[in-house]
Amino acid sequence: MCRLFALTSSEPVSPMRAVRALDVMREGHDGSGVGLFLTGLGGPFGELKGCPILSGILTRDGEKRLNRFMNDKGFKLRHRLAWDLPATPPEGTPRRDAYLVAAYDLPSDWRDMTDAERDLNILRTRLELKHMGLEREDMTVFSFWPDVVMVKEIGDPLAVGQYLGVDREDLHARQILAQGRQNTNYAINLYACHPFFIQGIASMTNGENTAFIPIKEWLMSSGVPGYEGYHSDSEVFTHILHYATLRLGLPLAAYKHVITPLSDADMQGHPDAAFLEQLKATCRKLIIDGPNCVIGCLPDRTMFMVQDRKKLRPGVVGGRPGLYAFSSEICGLDAAIPERDKTRDFQPMHLDTAIVGPGCEEIEICRQTQPLPQAR
Amino acid sequence: MPSNAAIAPGTLSHVDLPWQIDWTKDKCTLCGQCVAVCPVRAIELGVFRKREIKAAFGLTTTSENQYSVHYGIRQKTDPAFACIGCGMCDMVCPGDAITPRRSDEQPKLKMHANKGGAPRTRGGRRNDKGSLLDQIKFVRISMLTDPALDAGRHEFDLTTMIGRILPPEKALATFREQGWMPPVRKIYPLLIGGMSFGALSPNMWEGLQMGVAYLNEELHMPVRMCTGEGGCPPRLLRSRFLKYVILQIASGYFGWDEIIHALPEMKEDPCAVEIKYGQGAKPGDGGLLMWHKVNKLIAAIRGVPVGVSLPSPPTHQTKYSIEEAVAKMIQSMSMAWGFRVPVYPKISATTTSLAVLNNLARNTYAAGLAIDGEDGGTGAAYNVSMDHMGHPIASNLRDCYLNLCRIGAQNELPLIAGGGIGKNGNLAANAAALIMLGASAVQIGKYMMQAAAGCVGSEGDRCNVCNIGVCPKGITSQDPRLYRRLDPEKVAERVVDVYLAFDSEMKKILAPLGRSTSLPIGMSDALGIGDKDAADRLSIRYCV
Ligand code: SF4
Ligand code: SF4
Repeated sequence: MCRLFALTSSEPVSPMRAVRALDVMREGHDGSGVGLFLTGLGGPFGELKGCPILSGILTRDGEKRLNRFMNDKGFKLRHRLAWDLPATPPEGTPRRDAYLVAAYDLPSDWRDMTDAERDLNILRTRLELKHMGLEREDMTVFSFWPDVVMVKEIGDPLAVGQYLGVDREDLHARQILAQGRQNTNYAINLYACHPFFIQGIASMTNGENTAFIPIKEWLMSSGVPGYEGYHSDSEVFTHILHYATLRLGLPLAAYKHVITPLSDADMQGHPDAAFLEQLKATCRKLIIDGPNCVIGCLPDRTMFMVQDRKKLRPGVVGGRPGLYAFSSEICGLDAAIPERDKTRDFQPMHLDTAIVGPGCEEIEICRQTQPLPQAR
Repeated sequence: MPSNAAIAPGTLSHVDLPWQIDWTKDKCTLCGQCVAVCPVRAIELGVFRKREIKAAFGLTTTSENQYSVHYGIRQKTDPAFACIGCGMCDMVCPGDAITPRRSDEQPKLKMHANKGGAPRTRGGRRNDKGSLLDQIKFVRISMLTDPALDAGRHEFDLTTMIGRILPPEKALATFREQGWMPPVRKIYPLLIGGMSFGALSPNMWEGLQMGVAYLNEELHMPVRMCTGEGGCPPRLLRSRFLKYVILQIASGYFGWDEIIHALPEMKEDPCAVEIKYGQGAKPGDGGLLMWHKVNKLIAAIRGVPVGVSLPSPPTHQTKYSIEEAVAKMIQSMSMAWGFRVPVYPKISATTTSLAVLNNLARNTYAAGLAIDGEDGGTGAAYNVSMDHMGHPIASNLRDCYLNLCRIGAQNELPLIAGGGIGKNGNLAANAAALIMLGASAVQIGKYMMQAAAGCVGSEGDRCNVCNIGVCPKGITSQDPRLYRRLDPEKVAERVVDVYLAFDSEMKKILAPLGRSTSLPIGMSDALGIGDKDAADRLSIRYCV
C-alpha cells in the first residue's frame, strides 16, 4: 500500500518536508518511486503568474524536439530550473539526460482567448507533448499548467529527493502532494506514479480501485480531452474530480457524493435528497469501490481527503493554522508537524471530506449527511 | 398371421423412443395411478397373455402348454403418445414399480414427430446442455493491496437501474431547470422475464406474483416481474402491486384492452412497459398460445374466443418499419402513462441487435434494451426454431455494451440480458458473468419454473409439453384438474428462497472481487475463460 503525504501551508515550504514524512512511513512503500505535486509556488516561479510550467523528463533528442515544438507554437521560455545533479544517481534511479521544469510565456495569438479556451489549449499542448513523447519514448511530460510543478522519478523517495535537490528555493511551494510508491498492478511506468494531474487538479490515492475498468471506459468515451492514458487504476479519481468540479460545476463537498454516494437509507431525509438521488443515478458509473483514501488539491489550492465507502484505508489530517498536513499515517504527520495540537487530529470516516482551504486556517469537516453548499 | 403384418414405415419400437418405461411386475400393486397421472397417455393398463411350456418328467406323461393372463403397464410406441420422461408415474407410484429411462440408442422419434405433415411444436427449451456462461470464471480476486470483502458482513448494494439515464451534464442541467427527466426505477438486477398469464397457469402466475410482492414488501428487495404478452388480471392492474410488474405488449396485443381500460383506475404506475419484438428461443416467431390452453378465463382476459390458437404475428403488423415501430410505440406507450413509466423493447439476440441499439441510443424516450439469447425458453414454438435459430447471448450483449462504450452511453441505456441464465443451475455465476460483460440486469424464466414450481424439464428434451396444456406439474396448464396440483403459496415461498439464495451467492462472487457499493456492470477485467477464441471474442482474459 503506497504512502501519501500532503502539506498545505500559508507560506512556501520545502518539498523535502513531505519527502521526509514519507520516509518515516517507509515501511509502507517499497522505494520503487516517488511523485511530487507542487503548487502555490514561491521563488521565481511564483512570480510568473499565468505562465504555464512544463514538468517532465527528457532525453537529449526529446529536449531538441520539445524546444522546436514550443518555438513553433510561439511559447517563449521565461524561466528554467537549472539542475546540477550529482554524477551518480541513487541506486534504482536511472540516469536521465534532462529533468525539465520550465515556465513559458503564452503565444501572443492566445491573448484574445477566453479563459476556458486558453485552459483547453494549454491542456491540448500537454497532450500533444505527451503523445510525441510516447511515440519515441524521449519525453515524459507530467504537467503543463501555471503555478504547478510535478516531479516523478523511480527510486527511493528520500534518495531521489536529495539527488534532485528538491529542497531548493525554486521548488518551495504552499501546497505539496507526495507519494511513495508501493507495488502496482500495472507495469511500472513513470506516468503511473501518483499524484495525477489535469488542469490545475491533482489527486493521489492509497489503494486500489476495483471499479477501474468500467470507470476508465466511461471516462474515455465521454469525449473530454485529457481523459486518456490510465497507467494506474486510480488515475481515474483525478479525472472524476475534474469532471465533477469543472465539468459539472459541483462544489468539492459533492465529490464524495459522486464517488461514494450515500446508501438509499441514508439518503432519505437528507435535505438535498432529490438532488443527490439524481446525482447518484447519473454518476452511477463513477462510483468507486475502494479500498481508497484520496487526497487531492483543487485549482484554488483547496486540499482535501476522502475515504472509500467502507473506510478500508487509514488517513489522518492535522496541523496548526498556517500549516496542515494530510497523511496516510500518524507517524508521518508527527514527523512533519510535531508541534501541532494532536488532540485535534482528525481521521476522516466513510462519510467525511476533510477540507483545508487555501488560507490554511482550519480543517473543515464536511459529512455527506449534511446539506450541500449551493452548487456553483 | 405373417410376422411382419403390423409393421409399417412409421412403426416404432420402444428403443426408438427417447424414453422407455421400466416397469416391475413384482412391485406393482396395479393401482393405476401412473396411467392416471401420465400427461401424454404414454402408458396404459395392459393385459398380457403368457404361455409356459410345462415339460413333463418320465415317458408316459406328455408336456403341455399352460396359459395365464396377467395385468400390467404397457408403453405405447405411437409417436403421438411417446413418453416424455417427465417421471410423474414414478412420483405417484406407491411401490416404486415404474420409472422412465433414457434410451441409449439415438432416438428415431425425431423423424416421426411430424404426423400429418405438421412439424413438431413443443414448449420448453433448446435442449442443449452446453453453456458458454458456465465456462466463464471470475479471476480477478482481491488479495494483496485491496482486501477481499466480507460477503456476510459488509454492506452491499446490488440494485440496478431500469430507465434512460441522462448523461451527467444533461441530467444536472435538467434537474436545475426542472425539465422532464426520463423515468428511472431502481430494481433488483435479477428480473423474472415475460411469461404470460395464459402460458402459465393461474396458480403459477399467482405464486410468482405473491413471491415478488413478499420480496418487495417484507424483504425490501425491489424484484420485478414481467407479465409476458397476455395481459394482466384486472384486479392486479388496479392494485398497489402493479408497481412490481413490467407490462409486456407484443405483436398480438393480447390483454391490452384490459390494461387500457384499467388505466384511469390504476393506483400505481407499472414498473415499466416492455415492447416485445422477439424472443431468443424463437426469433422470427411471435407468441403462440395453442388452443389447448385457451379456456374461459384466458379468453376473457385476452379478449378472444375460447379454444382457438392465439399466434401473434412475428412483427407489430401495424407498423411500417422496425425503427419506426420502436420509436412510435415507445413514444405512445410513454404518453399513455404521462411519460412517467420507462418503456423499452425486447428483441431476440441477433447480429442486427446493434442496429436496434444504435436507434435506441438516439431516442431519449427509450428506457433500455432487453436482449434475449438463443437459450431462452418458451411456452410454444416450432422445434426447428428452438433448436436452430438465434444468437448466443454473451457475445451479443458484449457487442452491444462495447458499442455503448464507444458512444459514451454505457449504463445510460440499460441492457437487460436473458436466455440460458442458470440453465445448468448456476444462476448467480451466469448472471454475474453477464453483468460484468455489460448487462445492467438479467432476466430469467424457465429457471424460475424449475426452481419455484418444480418444472421437470431439463436440457435433455424432457417433458417439454408446456404448449399443449398438459403440464404434469400444473405450471403451464389451463386445466384446473392439473393446475390444482400446484400450490401458489408454496411457489411464492420458493421464489423467495431462490432470490435470497441468489443474493448470497452474488455477494460471494462480488466480495472477493472487491465490489460492494455498485453493481459491477462492465467489470470485464474480473472475467476469464479457457477458450482463446471466446476470450478474444468477448474481450476478456484468456486463462488456462
Ligand atoms: S414418464 Fe411421464 S410421460 Fe412417461 S410414462 Fe411416466 S408419466 Fe407418462
Ligand atoms: S403407479 Fe406403480 S403400482 Fe400403480 S399401477 Fe403404476 S406401476 Fe403399478
